[in-house]
Amino acid sequence: MTIIGVLGLQGAVREHIRSVEASGAEGIIIKRKEQLDEIDGLILPGGESTTMRRLIDKYDFLDALKQFGQSGKPIFGTCAGLILLANEIVGQDHAHLELMDMKVQRNAFGRQKESFEAKLEVKGVADDFEAVFIRAPYVVEVGTDVEVLATFNDAIVAAKQGHYLCSAFHPELTDDHRLTAYFVEMVKTSKKELAS
Amino acid sequence: MSNLGTDRVKRGMAEMQKGGVIMDVVNAEQAKIAEEAGAVAVMALERVPSDIRAAGGVARMADLTIVEEVMNAVSIPVMAKARIGHIVEARVLEAMGVDYLDESEVLTPADEVYHLLKSDYTVPFVCGCRNIGEAARRIGEGASMLRTKGEPGTGNIVEAVRHMREVQSQIRQLVHMSKDEIMTFAKDHGAPFEVLLDIKERGRLPVVNFAAGGIATPADAALMMQLGADGVFVGSGIFKSDNPEKFARAIVEATTHFEDYELIARVSKGLGTAMKGLEIGTIAPEQRMQDRGW
Repeated sequence: MTIIGVLGLQGAVREHIRSVEASGAEGIIIKRKEQLDEIDGLILPGGESTTMRRLIDKYDFLDALKQFGQSGKPIFGTCAGLILLANEIVGQDHAHLELMDMKVQRNAFGRQKESFEAKLEVKGVADDFEAVFIRAPYVVEVGTDVEVLATFNDAIVAAKQGHYLCSAFHPELTDDHRLTAYFVEMVKTSKKELAS
Repeated sequence: MSNLGTDRVKRGMAEMQKGGVIMDVVNAEQAKIAEEAGAVAVMALERVPSDIRAAGGVARMADLTIVEEVMNAVSIPVMAKARIGHIVEARVLEAMGVDYLDESEVLTPADEVYHLLKSDYTVPFVCGCRNIGEAARRIGEGASMLRTKGEPGTGNIVEAVRHMREVQSQIRQLVHMSKDEIMTFAKDHGAPFEVLLDIKERGRLPVVNFAAGGIATPADAALMMQLGADGVFVGSGIFKSDNPEKFARAIVEATTHFEDYELIARVSKGLGTAMKGLEIGTIAPEQRMQDRGW
């Protein structure tokens, strides 16, 4: 069985677990860095990125998460998770995990009353994906290795770089599990490759 | 094409706050301390509940200058309170771009019969509840998030525990009922039938439910999480303690790791004195905030 962890320090953890299970993998909540050894792929959920970063630092998670990604195991970041993956954040001196070559802007669509949902084409996943954006970030610039999977009004809202995947919207808040299933496939492929 | 203010967007915002601590702040400086400590949101107020209690008189929506200063000071979401039934306070806060409104019993109610029709607004609302009837009525009016009421500004957890246990136990009762019993349950609790059916089908509330009203220590926060809260609001507990910064950080950690007792022990050491608590029996009936709301 493919096991996918969801970083459970804060945020929409339960919904991701449900979506992972609906996609035919086992989902476990990761609260301690030692648990990273038990999983094949990791989801960084939506929540408040400042809160998550503070808890990541507190429990010495930062290097463990970076090493997890650098070992070739896939990571999928949604919303706050996308911010954690980026190597540059507009208006901030420091980024977090710096695993994806992209520059992101926090709360890029505005405050909560500007939060919205829209149907999007997500390359290789769906042409009518119901995307829920909540105080969402977007990607301002990407490096040459990053493939853009979705845009909304010209802003990049989903992307992939090798075994890293990110979306500015929340697939876990809908019953559409296609993006999570796409990630589960990435994890299965990487598991085979890492084993051989 | 995009849609603003849908149920998914409004309820989803609260889902993102889960496992977190929402802190009451009265100025930009406190808001920054809260953000730095790991709060998932701040509630911008003119006075924390214990000061509202002490000051007496009519408690209204906060001075909007304070709300604006707090919004400019932090990148995390900012919440603010409007009086129960005060349509214009709510609309003004919405127009200012506040991220979440609390139609709150901590303020003096503006309407003693009707709550706001919260489904009419683009901004999401959180409301207080003590039992499944109140919870379902608020959801019926369009609340996107709930919090059990407790007794605000007391630093006494007993009412928060009572209300969380009551809500959880009534949900369990409802979930195990046969469908033909639900209309009578709805009648007995003054709860909308459709909302109860939805709760029964999901096996839980359709919106996030935080705990509030009396949380003063890391252990209090962890207790509420164990009783089934999705997160906690801390009002007077942080900035009325000896060392707000330390208290804030410790409560954030205890909320995340609410079952890790060694960790809770570690973060609870050397915090200094918590806010002074108030025995519920010493509060005159008309001063009880939890009884406001209908």
